[in-house]
Amino acid sequence: MKKKVLSFVMAAAMTLSLVACGNAKPASSDGAPAASGDLIKVGIINNDPNESGYRTANDNDLKNTFTKENGYDASFAYSLKNDEQIAAAQTFIQDGVDYLLLSAADTAGWDSVLQEAQAEGVKVILFDRTIDADESLYEASIVSDMAKEGQTAVDWLAGQNLSEYNVIHIQGVMGSAAQQGRSNALTSKVEAESNWNLVVEQTAEWNAEKAQQIVQSVIDAGTPFNVIYAENDDMAKGAVAALDAAGISHGVGKDVIVMGFDCNKWALEELLKQNWNYDGQCNPFQASYIDEIIKKLEKGETLEQKTIIMDEKGFDASTITQDDVDTYGI
Amino acid sequence: MSKNKTKKFEAGQILIPLIALILLALINLIVDPSFFKITPVVNNSGNTVLSGYLITILDYGSELGILAIGMTLVTAASGGQDISVGATIAIAGSAMLKIICGGVSRPTEVKNYVVTVIVAFVVACIVGMLCGAFNGTLVAVFKIQPMIATLILFTAGRSIAAWINNNELPIVPDPRFAYFGGFIPGIPIPTTVFIVAICIVIIALVLKFTNLGLYTQAVGINEKSSKLNGINPTFIKFLSFVILGLCVAVAALIKVSRLSTINYSVIAKDIEMDAILAVALGGNALSGGKFNMWSSILGAYVIQFLTTTLYKFHVQSDALAAYKAVVVIILVVFSAPTVREFFKKLFSFKKKPAQKGVA
Repeated sequence: MKKKVLSFVMAAAMTLSLVACGNAKPASSDGAPAASGDLIKVGIINNDPNESGYRTANDNDLKNTFTKENGYDASFAYSLKNDEQIAAAQTFIQDGVDYLLLSAADTAGWDSVLQEAQAEGVKVILFDRTIDADESLYEASIVSDMAKEGQTAVDWLAGQNLSEYNVIHIQGVMGSAAQQGRSNALTSKVEAESNWNLVVEQTAEWNAEKAQQIVQSVIDAGTPFNVIYAENDDMAKGAVAALDAAGISHGVGKDVIVMGFDCNKWALEELLKQNWNYDGQCNPFQASYIDEIIKKLEKGETLEQKTIIMDEKGFDASTITQDDVDTYGI
Repeated sequence: MSKNKTKKFEAGQILIPLIALILLALINLIVDPSFFKITPVVNNSGNTVLSGYLITILDYGSELGILAIGMTLVTAASGGQDISVGATIAIAGSAMLKIICGGVSRPTEVKNYVVTVIVAFVVACIVGMLCGAFNGTLVAVFKIQPMIATLILFTAGRSIAAWINNNELPIVPDPRFAYFGGFIPGIPIPTTVFIVAICIVIIALVLKFTNLGLYTQAVGINEKSSKLNGINPTFIKFLSFVILGLCVAVAALIKVSRLSTINYSVIAKDIEMDAILAVALGGNALSGGKFNMWSSILGAYVIQFLTTTLYKFHVQSDALAAYKAVVVIILVVFSAPTVREFFKKLFSFKKKPAQKGVA
């Protein structure tokens, strides 16, 4: 009997924590009573901040910019599912927001809800991700150029002037914009140059453990390699763990060049310690751009261009400074 | 059912993963004998360690081997599977990180290292067992289908894990923490091998000196008659989930230690499917009842053997699931009663009609 009671208590505790978590998620509309007239009302639809370090940084940036002090009344909605995002958009439109900021989970299916927004006079600004809809349906889109990120990285690698490039290419989830942009730059370079070879080209699906196994397998096979091109920091970390276990040196002036993407703070610290060689930025800080655009639109100005591509850097371990780590680390 | 017959059946059961293992080994031997080469190397911490495909298999198969122990018991007792183990690993791992790093995302040192790690591991075990207890209560007390009951944590687990650490991904700064998923200085064999060995010894002792095995099988074969014989089926089912929770916590320790951190959204992704496949590959009926623990654990290593072999041949890693699916199809076909009958007739006319509760 005691056990039964105990198990009930446990079950209740677990359920409570579930409920608590369930409540935390749609923290969208706080139901703020009677928003004051001067504030600009924005509805922000984003992906789940748990998704990655990138998304967490992105969400924090938006939250810090669209505050009451800066003249905004912002509500947030999060989902990784397109249909839930569309439902949230409809709610925001009914609430009469002035601006709808959108990072769409999926590129398709947005036409009708954006037309609805246009009819209601809600201005739409896309950030981070583009969608397959007519340009007239949104005011602006602020995105990263993944192909350029890849090109910057590959150009940097070419600048290292190695006599031979034997690359382990660890890809992200196949088909994602980040994977395509970052892969294409490398594969076209490998095709063009005779001294560039792909030792292995595998997807680790952004997963450090998988990357570790892929690199481990190359090491076990005894195939020589001198570059690891991982399409995000997590996978680079996994690859480095495999190198460490096998006693292969990596970093500036060592046997293997390690490259990552996204500029997580811990990854930039690895660069600072010269354990890695390169990290490409994927800028999550779109809020200041959006802020600028809204201010312009409020003044009645027109925008020069619809699509704004953000500045993105690539960091080299031999030149990175502590300042860079603090400024650009996410 | 005579004792002799039970023995025979168990011996036959372990043949399934054994044949699969020999088959894989043969393929590798023919294609490239260097697959079996083990060489000592000096790793970047300055220790001499063994390296090679076989070591890789033993090392990376550890988590699966440990999970197979719990999954076998759950399968046998409840006739269903727990699909939340990957998510629970994230929860237990997150709790472990929270204790070790003290809620700071980038600590510079761990105070009282030994005590902290022990406390963290105990907390992870408690968290793992609580998750198991939650699943177990739903299944045993509320009679919910195991797969549906565990769907709750499967869906919510990774969010709970992120919530425990406020969405931060703490990194353990102490290099000694990497010993659990790596190598202890001076010992050339991966630590994970010893952890699995300890788990196997413990479960072997439990099965030998307690009635857990017998009771679990009794509940799995016929719940009503086991109840009439004085066994409490609710408790046995509940217990099997709690034991799985403990296995999950041990697996989480290895996972967190491998990289000194975890990523909640991808850690141990799809590991539940591999754990279930290990049980199936071990020749255990997924509908519950009789089980062979050693067969399941061997099955886990066969899966890792397959994964490592496929990586060696540079098979696209997102296609790995397809190869595993082929294994599942073969297993399902061969465990189908009609096929079994056919083979029984074909190979042994001495045997009497098929036993009940096998398929």
